[in-house]
Parts: sequence; structure tokens; C-alpha cells
Amino acid sequence: MDKLKPDRGLLKIDENECKGCGLCVEACPPRAIRIGDRLNHCGYRAAIYTGAGCTGCGICFMACPEPGAITVFRLVDRRTLPVSDSHVPVEGAVPCASN
Amino acid sequence: MSGAVDPDYTVAHSRPKAFYESFERKEELQHQTHYCPGCGHGIVHKMLARAIDELGVQDRTILISPVGCSVFAYYYFDVGNVQAAHGRAPAVGTGIKRSRPGSIVIGYQGDGDLSAIGSAEILHAANRGENITVIFVNNAIYSMTGGQMAPTTLLGQKSTTTPDGRTAEHEGHPLHMSELLATLGAPVYIGRVGLGDNRQIAQATRAIKRAVENQVRGLGFSLVEVLSPCPTIWKMQPVDAQHWVRDVMEKTFPLGVFVDRTNEMQPPAGTNTAPAIGEIPRILGICAGDAGLAGEIPTSQTGELDLRVRVSGFGGQGVLLLGEVLAEAGMDAGLEASWLPSYGPEIRSGTSNCHVRLASSPIDSPLVMNPDVLVAMNEPSLKKFGAGVRSGGWILYNGAMFPPEYVREGVHILARDFTREADAIGDPRAANMVMLGVLLEIAAALPQASIDAALRQCVKQPKWIDLDERALARGRALLREFMERGAA
Repeated sequence: MDKLKPDRGLLKIDENECKGCGLCVEACPPRAIRIGDRLNHCGYRAAIYTGAGCTGCGICFMACPEPGAITVFRLVDRRTLPVSDSHVPVEGAVPCASN
Repeated sequence: MSGAVDPDYTVAHSRPKAFYESFERKEELQHQTHYCPGCGHGIVHKMLARAIDELGVQDRTILISPVGCSVFAYYYFDVGNVQAAHGRAPAVGTGIKRSRPGSIVIGYQGDGDLSAIGSAEILHAANRGENITVIFVNNAIYSMTGGQMAPTTLLGQKSTTTPDGRTAEHEGHPLHMSELLATLGAPVYIGRVGLGDNRQIAQATRAIKRAVENQVRGLGFSLVEVLSPCPTIWKMQPVDAQHWVRDVMEKTFPLGVFVDRTNEMQPPAGTNTAPAIGEIPRILGICAGDAGLAGEIPTSQTGELDLRVRVSGFGGQGVLLLGEVLAEAGMDAGLEASWLPSYGPEIRSGTSNCHVRLASSPIDSPLVMNPDVLVAMNEPSLKKFGAGVRSGGWILYNGAMFPPEYVREGVHILARDFTREADAIGDPRAANMVMLGVLLEIAAALPQASIDAALRQCVKQPKWIDLDERALARGRALLREFMERGAA
């Protein structure tokens, strides 16, 4: 990853909510999602983020049939933010809603 | 990648708030839907949940689940939920919207539900321009039950009931519900979208929001048909099923907006709200307020009244009216009352009958199979219901001679030519009221004031009220004569 120019987006996939349908892989314009090799607790091969290239467009989120399997983040543009820095940074992991 | 997310990133797309945090109504896997991998329902659910979020209507949304795979929509949506009988979501939605005009009513239906068994309901709800939103998920097959042909199944498409593919000759053409509904004058918005690729998904997201927004603005009926993949029943990989929507299904069901009157519609100035419950007796012309205070109810030795009456005769003899007056009088006297007419074509010259129950405790069933009193206005009625009269009960028979084959031990029988009795006081058509007079004298449970009130409720013409009052009095006198003769 280019340290000087970070990705505009970031992706978290809760692999235990994923059913491995692959629609997000198909939907992702920069091809930043793939199906993993490991089986999750339901026996599906879950989708995983390749770790680079996400633009934060959110198309994978809308294409995914599961309510909360995908969370999409977007890079905060600090130049447009007021000095007070109103956005709440994401802390730690996205709450894992797995069973 | 570590679990921590860089603080330079903020959440852009995440689980909509209109979904429950966890799906506690599901028995297991409470963070996943019950849908198959790649099912369109999950995607449409998400679009709908997001629209509810964005419009800020979660607290007043009532979602109506259909019959089909999406029957469990109430597992997922943290809104008001009602599950309707197969195909009836638009009718149920009409009732909810009219009784709670401030609510946002969203019907969610599949193609089997909406276009087959529910085709009448959707047609009429759309034609009335009900201010509801309908999401119509079309996957061209009955999926939940294993893949039978639906009205929307494509020509040539195989299903368990069209194993060689649907043919127009045998099964007709696919039903185009959106185009059909678009011929109506009332709908505000009718459009068809698909889930076939990214472009279609983005378009569908906007259309669904628009359909809900129209209702929030009070514009009227909106329907969005969503062409949706069913990988399991179509026997395809999810991505192939998605492409099939775009490459094959769309050829039969072209996407587009068929009606859009959003700009020309004005929200109605005043909404027709349902009347308050307290107003209903007045609207129906029922004496309100003093029900139950009309008088002391003479009851049986146990203090409990439970009178079961069956009235039967030819249509036109006043069978139903007799029962109605009795039930109305019971209600006026503050009793529990039920009146169950059984008629239909018979009301024109066939056998017509009704069940009446009056009780001091709540009535469990309005059916009367073993009456205390059978009012048989002709012989066929006696044949049909005579054997059911309980031991110790009464049969009032309209005929001078009681047919000997129907005589029963332990049952009081009063046979009389009531028609002739009625004729004697002015009109043979009052025979039913003469018999009611006998019945009232036997039951002795209703105050005269209640009977008078009931008669005025059911009979509108003054000349008939006068005649009927004399007929009731004649009936009471007949019973007293009968009892005196028996005692002598």
C-alpha cells in the first residue's frame, strides 16, 4: 500500500455472517474482495477483503444479502473538517455479531 | 489485517438501524437471515431498511409480511409487523393504513403471493389508490414450496409443474403485474427494477426509497416490482442467477417506470380517519350508554343464562329477522349475544336458518348444534334439525299436525299453524313474530323494553311494528294457553 496515499475506503467483512455467495466479489469495481479458503462456522467459504484497493463506494454493501456482514468505511478528508474534528474515529474492531 | 480500524476512517455503509441488532425471533443463527446464499430477499430487505432509516420513519412503519420465503420478514425489521394471509397484504395494509393514517404501511409480497392468490387484493388496493407502499419481489417461480410454476414464470422456464418448460398454449403467458396495474387511474408510482448487476441494484435502491417517500408525503399508492434471483430453485450459482435476472428475465419483464404521477399528485387536504371506538354505537344506531341497565334479567335457577336457539324455514319466512330481533333484544338487555345466519342462495326460496345464543357469560362459539329451542317454520327444517334438540328442550313447529315420525321423548313440542294465527291478526307474514312470542314466553329472560327496542331497531316501517307487536303478544298468549291445557 502506498503510505503517502492511503486507500479512500476500508472494508470489514464479518466472516461468520457471510454465506459465501460471492455477489460482493462480483460487485466490487476495484476487485478488492475474494472468497477465502477457510470454512466459517456455518460451513461457507466466507468473502475476505484483499486488504488494499477499497474506494469506499459501498456497492458491495448493497449487493450483499446479509444485513450486517459487510461494513464499509471511508477515509476522512481532514482538509475539509473543522478544527474541532467532529467525526468520531472508529475504535478497535467492528463489533463482531457472530453467533 | 489487524482487528483495529484506522482512526482516519469513518463508517460509510453499515447495517441499517431498521434491522434488529440480533434476530431473536429466529431460533438459531440470530445474526443471519434464513435466506439462501445469494437470495434477492436479503438485498431487497436491506434497501427497504435503508429507506426507512433515511426517511426517519422507523417508529411509525408497519411492515406486512406475506406468505412465501419472506414470511419471516418480521424476524428482521425492527418496526411494527403484521403477517397477512396468503395474498392479502394489500387488504390488510388498507385496514391498517385507514385505521392508523399516520403509519407508514409497507406491503412486502412475492410473485406467487401478489400475482396469483392475491391478484384481486393488489388490483383493488391499487385501484383505490390506497396510500401504501408495495414491494413486489418477482423471481418468476414459487420458491418456498420447491419451484412450482407461478403466473410470472417465463415461457420455456422449467418448474416442477412445467417440467418441459412453460408453454403459452397450456399455461398462458407470464403475467405482467406492473404493466397491468399501470392501466389504473389511481397509482402514483409503479416501476420495475432488477437486481441483475450493480447499475440495477443502485437503481432499485432509489426506486424503493421513492416508493416509501411517496407514502410519507401522502401521495398515494406506490409499487416497486423487483426482479430478484433465486439461486436455489433456479439451480444456479448466485452470480449466475444474478446475471440471469439481467440477461434473461429482463427480456420478458422490461425494467422501467410505468406510472409516475409524483409531481402532479397533491396530498389530500384531510385524511379520512377511522371513527373513535366510542363513536361506533352511535354510527351504527345502537343505543349506547345504558346497555346492561335496561332491567333485571330473570335467569335460571343457577343464575346463569345460556339460551341456544336454532331458527329454520324457507327463505322469505322471516327466519333471519326472527333471530336478529332475539339477538338485538339480548344485546339491549346487556347479555352476550351471537347471531349466525346461514344462508346464501337459499335466502331466495331455499332453506334458510340461523343460530342465536344469548348468555350472561361470554359466548365461546356462535354455533348451535343442540338448541334449547328449535323454531321450525316448515317440515324440512324439522327433518334437518329436530333430532339435535336437547333433552328437555322445545320444538316450535309451524303446522297444525306434528309429523309423528319426528316426535321425540323428553322434548316439548308445540305444533300450531302459526301462519294461520298471523293471518288472523292481519298478515300471514307475521308468523315468525308469533313464533318469536312463544319463544320469548318460554325463555322468559328478556325485559319487554328490550324486545320493543330490538323490534324498532330491526323493523323500520311503523305499520309492521304495530303488527309485529300484536303477533308477539299472540305468541305469548298461545304458550300460556298451551301450558294451561297441559296442566289441566
